[in-house]
Amino acid sequence: MSPVEPDAGAAGPAEKPRHRPSRAPRTPMPERGAAERAQDFDEVALGYTEEMARAEAARCLQCRNATCIEGCPVNIDIKSFIGHIIDGEYEKGVAVLKERNALPAMCGRVCPQEEQCEIACVLAKKGEPVAIGRLERWLGDFDLACELEKRCVPEIAEPTGFRCAIVGSGPAGLACAGELVRLGHKVTIFESLHAPGGVLTYGIPEFRLPKAIVEAEIFMLTEMGVEIVTDAVIGATYTLDELMTEEGYDAVFIGSGAGLPVFLGVPGENLNGVYSANEFLTRVNLMGAYEFPKSDTPVARGRKVAVIGGGNVAMDSARTALRLGAEEVFLVYRRTEDEMPARREEVHHAREEGVEFKMLCSPSEILGRDGFVTGLVATRMALGEPDDSGRRAPVCVMDSEFEIDCDIVIVAVGTRANPLLAQAAPDLERSSRGYVLTDDEGATNIPGVFAGGDIVTGAATVILAMGAGKTSAHAMDRWLAGRSRAV
Amino acid sequence: MFEIVHKRQLSEAVFEMGVRAPRVARKARAGQFFIMRTTDRGERVPFTFSDWSAEGGWIRFIFMRVGKTTHELSHFEVGDSVADVVGPLGIPTHVEDVGRIAVIGGGVGAAVAYPVARAMADAGNEVTVVLGARNEDLLILREEFEALPLKELLVVTDDGSAGEKGLVTAPLKRLAEAGEIDHAMAIGPAIMMKFCAATAKEHDVPCVVSLNPIMVDGTGMCGACRVSVGGETKFGCVDGPDFDGWEVDFEELMSRQRVYVDDERAADADYSRGCSCHQ
Ligand SMILES: Cc1cc2nc3c(=O)[nH]c(=O)nc-3n(C[C@H](O)[C@H](O)[C@H](O)COP(=O)(O)OP(=O)(O)OC[C@H]3O[C@@H](n4cnc5c(N)ncnc54)[C@H](O)[C@@H]3O)c2cc1C
Ligand SMILES: Cc1cc2nc3c(=O)[nH]c(=O)nc-3n(C[C@H](O)[C@H](O)[C@H](O)COP(=O)(O)OP(=O)(O)OC[C@H]3O[C@@H](n4cnc5c(N)ncnc54)[C@H](O)[C@@H]3O)c2cc1C
Ligand code: FES
Repeated sequence: MSPVEPDAGAAGPAEKPRHRPSRAPRTPMPERGAAERAQDFDEVALGYTEEMARAEAARCLQCRNATCIEGCPVNIDIKSFIGHIIDGEYEKGVAVLKERNALPAMCGRVCPQEEQCEIACVLAKKGEPVAIGRLERWLGDFDLACELEKRCVPEIAEPTGFRCAIVGSGPAGLACAGELVRLGHKVTIFESLHAPGGVLTYGIPEFRLPKAIVEAEIFMLTEMGVEIVTDAVIGATYTLDELMTEEGYDAVFIGSGAGLPVFLGVPGENLNGVYSANEFLTRVNLMGAYEFPKSDTPVARGRKVAVIGGGNVAMDSARTALRLGAEEVFLVYRRTEDEMPARREEVHHAREEGVEFKMLCSPSEILGRDGFVTGLVATRMALGEPDDSGRRAPVCVMDSEFEIDCDIVIVAVGTRANPLLAQAAPDLERSSRGYVLTDDEGATNIPGVFAGGDIVTGAATVILAMGAGKTSAHAMDRWLAGRSRAV
Repeated sequence: MFEIVHKRQLSEAVFEMGVRAPRVARKARAGQFFIMRTTDRGERVPFTFSDWSAEGGWIRFIFMRVGKTTHELSHFEVGDSVADVVGPLGIPTHVEDVGRIAVIGGGVGAAVAYPVARAMADAGNEVTVVLGARNEDLLILREEFEALPLKELLVVTDDGSAGEKGLVTAPLKRLAEAGEIDHAMAIGPAIMMKFCAATAKEHDVPCVVSLNPIMVDGTGMCGACRVSVGGETKFGCVDGPDFDGWEVDFEELMSRQRVYVDDERAADADYSRGCSCHQ
């Protein structure tokens, strides 16, 4: 399907009225007030109404050369799906999205559009870009609100007879699986946790990405034929080798993420009340600790919580701690707000909700009494010369230590590759930091074994992981085709 | 869902249970554990395999009723199913012929000690088992241990209601002093392992311990299970559960095990109100 949309200023096909872009300002996202939303785990951003979506879509210039598409890591035909919203042909819009992205309701919510498609929007040069992410979310939600039979399910090729195994059900694994079933292969995902979704399920909180949305989009993949086996740890329950031999899979994709938490290595880090962000968020999101004792898993609820870090994970931890009833939540970051890797929108939300930012300080010790945290010693930092990442490197200010009173410390300073899978697959080539080495298309050194997402790149984004999953799916498809010729 | 295929009450608060889990049974080795969730709202709780059959497709474990989850589990019957079983997790106990070894099992730790003692004996070691409990009622698996090809089975209770009166460290000390053991392996409550490791160290006997820190995922993803060993932080679930007892910071372990005591008590009290077995 290739809908022909009139370009701005150009004459359109006879049957459609010419699109006159609206000059209205960007349609704001309706949100719940900061005071109200910081009390519960319900979603913060409410999503556009149909009118809002139409109004926002109308701002799109429908450029002849749509640069936004280049900005999208999976090259969604943005111009076309927005064109369909303009025309009120929502099902067609969904189909365009799903052509490239199996999880639009999720990506619409969590992608950093401001640095991808929206920054590439022509309108961004002079003012505010079209709210592409919000429109994507609106279409994704539109699809999920339809009755099951009416939802958009992409076309599936004739069965090839090949079986593919996927390790991990995060965005990389899900995208790879979605693409492989469309190409006619049988696909089984093996997930070590009891629920699929990876970071989408255990990491990103309910108030930003409702689990009902995650479940619904994953359910659509199972409707397409993807089988998901939970409680299966590759490297323990099965080894990589066993998948290819005893279990008889023809190709394997590894999308096991970068799930190993990094700690600070400062004294006092094993005191009660010190959490990795992974543990804290897993307890709350995956295990439902915010409903304890209705759910069985507890989490410590602090009065004063210090979160170490400046990325999305730190923001999510801080905002989660607030919702668990903390009186004060501090974000302790060693650079300044300008260097924070978190999305602007999330920084803004965190600040609105009352998270206090302590910039240019770095923890040097965690203090405790009777085994529990009582505070944090931090050192003031100043910005020096740019480092490898191009950001100005923080340097300690001499004799500037001070104490922060707190009873919970959440460490959100990054994650690494979990070695569990690779330890049971010594032949799999990895970098010195443990990430799986692949070529541009995800092929590892083991024939038939591919990898993508955070396990290859280190912690990145949902859409990059999905993009890698898709790329690998096509490489796997070609590899399998080659094999059938050989047989 | 994973079906319960065996249940036996070993003492007032200790139960043996078997679950159908063929994928896990295929791979289980002595010293490894699995993680279970009883229901969809359940906590992820670790238990060590006490026995398994790859052909039969089942695993067994022995658990003590200590809180909400184990309480709830004690009411599950053969034919019921639990929501999740995942494993095998952790590094298997290192089993080789090291000569003369004392395997010490205290309380419910006897359940973990059992497959270890069996594997050690199978590997050709001369195995002495020290089986300890607070009193005779809490002593478990005595007959099972008696059936193993051990050099000796020494039974110890705090109150002397069975076997020798005292703590497991007493026979351990005697064995070490007499130069009758080259190695020790202690499995039980943290405090017991702490004193066993200290006793063994005094006599220069290496002592492996099987640690049980609080866990969530059991796959190295969260760090809840951090333990300090030789001044380094290790993850109990993937680096262990076995560690060099001489080097473990037991005070830290015991402190970390208590982090949720208040919450746990409240949850179990809440559950017990609706439960008949405690009235
Ligand atoms: C709190 C948080 C907030 C974030 N916010 C954003 C955001 O707003 N926008 C954004 O774009 N990105 C965000 N990210 C980053 C993004 O979520 C990740 O880059 C992305 O999820 C990576 O996808 P993945 O599929 O590679 O890995 P993951 O999502 O980590 O999934 C890997 C899966 O593999 C499973 N697994 C691991 N090992 C094994 C094994 N041996 N056997 C079987 N299964 C295994 C894991 O349990 C997991 O389910 C955030 C990350 C976190 C932690
Ligand atoms: C590797 C390992 C192997 C184990 N093997 C056995 C076994 O074979 N038999 C047995 O009876 N017990 C075993 N345990 C302990 C068992 O997991 C706990 O008794 C159980 O989780 C208690 O849950 P609860 O809700 O009944 O009690 P709670 O009231 O929740 O807790 C009671 C105590 O159990 C410990 N505990 C609580 N939650 C966890 C958790 N998620 N992970 C670990 N410990 C926890 C804490 O110290 C706590 O104070 C093992 C623990 C580990 C880490
Ligand atoms: S239990 Fe989560 S890392 Fe060990």
